[in-house]
Amino acid sequence: MTQFLSLLLNGVSLGAIYALIALGFVIIFKASEVVSFTQGSLLLLGAYTIARLSHPLGFWLAALAGIVVTALAALLVERLIINRLRGAPVISLAIVTIGVDIILLTELIRRIGSDILNVPHPWGGRSFRIGDVGISQNRLIAILVAGVLIAIFFAAFKYSSWGVAMRASAEDGETAALMGIRLGRVSALAWVVAGALAAVAALFLVGAPTPGVSPSVYSVSLRAFPAAILGGLDSTGGALVGGLLIGITESLAAGYQDQLLFLGRGFGDVVPYVVMIIVLLVRPSGLFGTKELTRV
Amino acid sequence: MLSIDSLHVSYGGVQAVRGISMEIPDGKVVAVLGSNGAGKTTLLRAISGTLKLHRGRVESGSVSFDGAELTGRDPAETVRMGLVQVPEGRRIFGRLTVEENLRAGGMGSKDKTAKAKAQQRVFELFPVLQERSAQRGGLLSGGEQQMLAIGRALMASPKLLLLDEPSLGLAPRIIGQIGEVIAEINRQGTSVLLVEQNATMALGVADLAYVLDVGEVSLSGDARELARTDEVQRLYLGHDSEEAHAAPRVASGRTLTRWTS
Ligand SMILES: Nc1ncnc2c1ncn2[C@@H]1O[C@H](COP(=O)(O)OP(=O)(O)O)[C@@H](O)[C@H]1O
Ligand SMILES: [Mg+2]
Repeated sequence: MTQFLSLLLNGVSLGAIYALIALGFVIIFKASEVVSFTQGSLLLLGAYTIARLSHPLGFWLAALAGIVVTALAALLVERLIINRLRGAPVISLAIVTIGVDIILLTELIRRIGSDILNVPHPWGGRSFRIGDVGISQNRLIAILVAGVLIAIFFAAFKYSSWGVAMRASAEDGETAALMGIRLGRVSALAWVVAGALAAVAALFLVGAPTPGVSPSVYSVSLRAFPAAILGGLDSTGGALVGGLLIGITESLAAGYQDQLLFLGRGFGDVVPYVVMIIVLLVRPSGLFGTKELTRV
Repeated sequence: MLSIDSLHVSYGGVQAVRGISMEIPDGKVVAVLGSNGAGKTTLLRAISGTLKLHRGRVESGSVSFDGAELTGRDPAETVRMGLVQVPEGRRIFGRLTVEENLRAGGMGSKDKTAKAKAQQRVFELFPVLQERSAQRGGLLSGGEQQMLAIGRALMASPKLLLLDEPSLGLAPRIIGQIGEVIAEINRQGTSVLLVEQNATMALGVADLAYVLDVGEVSLSGDARELARTDEVQRLYLGHDSEEAHAAPRVASGRTLTRWTS
């Protein structure tokens, strides 16, 4: 039972981090009709920036700088590329973002080299226990921070002018434009928010129990894609549920892998994709989605 | 005043508007009649700056509002200059509440007091929108959706309201109400450019009217006089030509400008 609770708690924390990344993915899709595969490299950029700047600036300033740099990088991708390709087929845009992702990733891997860059989290590698249920402090703080950010995000999405503009443009871009809503600005802002969320996710993904910044952080972040897609590509609520679902199943599958050996070793790594496929087979537009990806 | 001067618009080489000129004086209701494909919506797109979204472009001619050129501007700028278009088919945001739809309508301006005033005006014109303000737009009836679409546009406090076939798909009684609402909006000081296929309603509220035929103006003049011409009677008011001939004829040369290309 305690093992189960530990795994569950760790799964929730991982899921909360995935949810941050997936939310970015979903709002980019809603605001600019682009299935953006740049989230992984943006996240790694955030992690790299935080690690590199931690030394001169100290952790907090470096974290802030990492978030700003990643948000700006996302903005740059939107302004320089996506915005200029408006009206291009959805599939071409998706492939363009894969291209951008590969370019950025290659450069980051070259810079990181074979090192594992350390991020000096003030909470270090300590863990937190209630009875026998344990979690690293880093992951516990991740749950709290992600929870607060997600709550703020949902409140803003529902009540702020930004949220109304965003939802109106997602539903009918031309009519939103006729109302004086600037579609370009809505799209740019979505990328900025997505970039910032990816950097926050990076901040926690590179802390305990993960050793630090290495290119493998990139592949972990990729699991946010099945999270977003199984939740429903255009559903913010779906991103949250999808993230948690992936985080929890992944954690359980890894924790019980001895019992799951009949499925093969390393099942924990593929479980997000298996869950996604099963969900999509039952509901092609995802749990809460309204648009199918085939609408190209 | 909105002035359109020898406007040519095409979609990827196919001409949809071929040399239209018209004027929408301040304080007036101007109707534009024409059957499907005549170029009515294209004309409105050229005014509101949404042609680009349809891969259309102004090839020549000009559209200007109080002397300022509108072609080449983006839709948000046009809204801020005081021209707001209600799109064909209403296009309300079905997943947003009525209140959020109205909020979206006011998004082009930051002036809070102006928006509060506009909202009050909208609720006075359409009390039903206030009653339903928390409901999703998609749950309203067709007539209510049209009122929401008009109310949403009024949230930007337009000087000139552009309406694209507001009667489309509505019952005759509702069409009558829409006509009254348009007249009231105009009385409150907003000029209106009313695009319609329903000539009875349009000519009932309009001061001036233009008839479009395959991208060109075929007739124009005073709305009431235009309503009495053969051509309009026959094509748009559903009378057959015998009846139209029996009706008192208006000398087209004197009161109406007949356009030849
Ligand atoms: N997005 C578009 N792409 C290509 N042609 C178009 C487009 N929209 C309209 N057209 C063409 O332009 C002409 C005028 O259409 P439109 O302005 O919609 O007329 P109306 O509103 O009077 O029915 C028609 O021949 C139509 O087929
Ligand atoms: Mg039309």
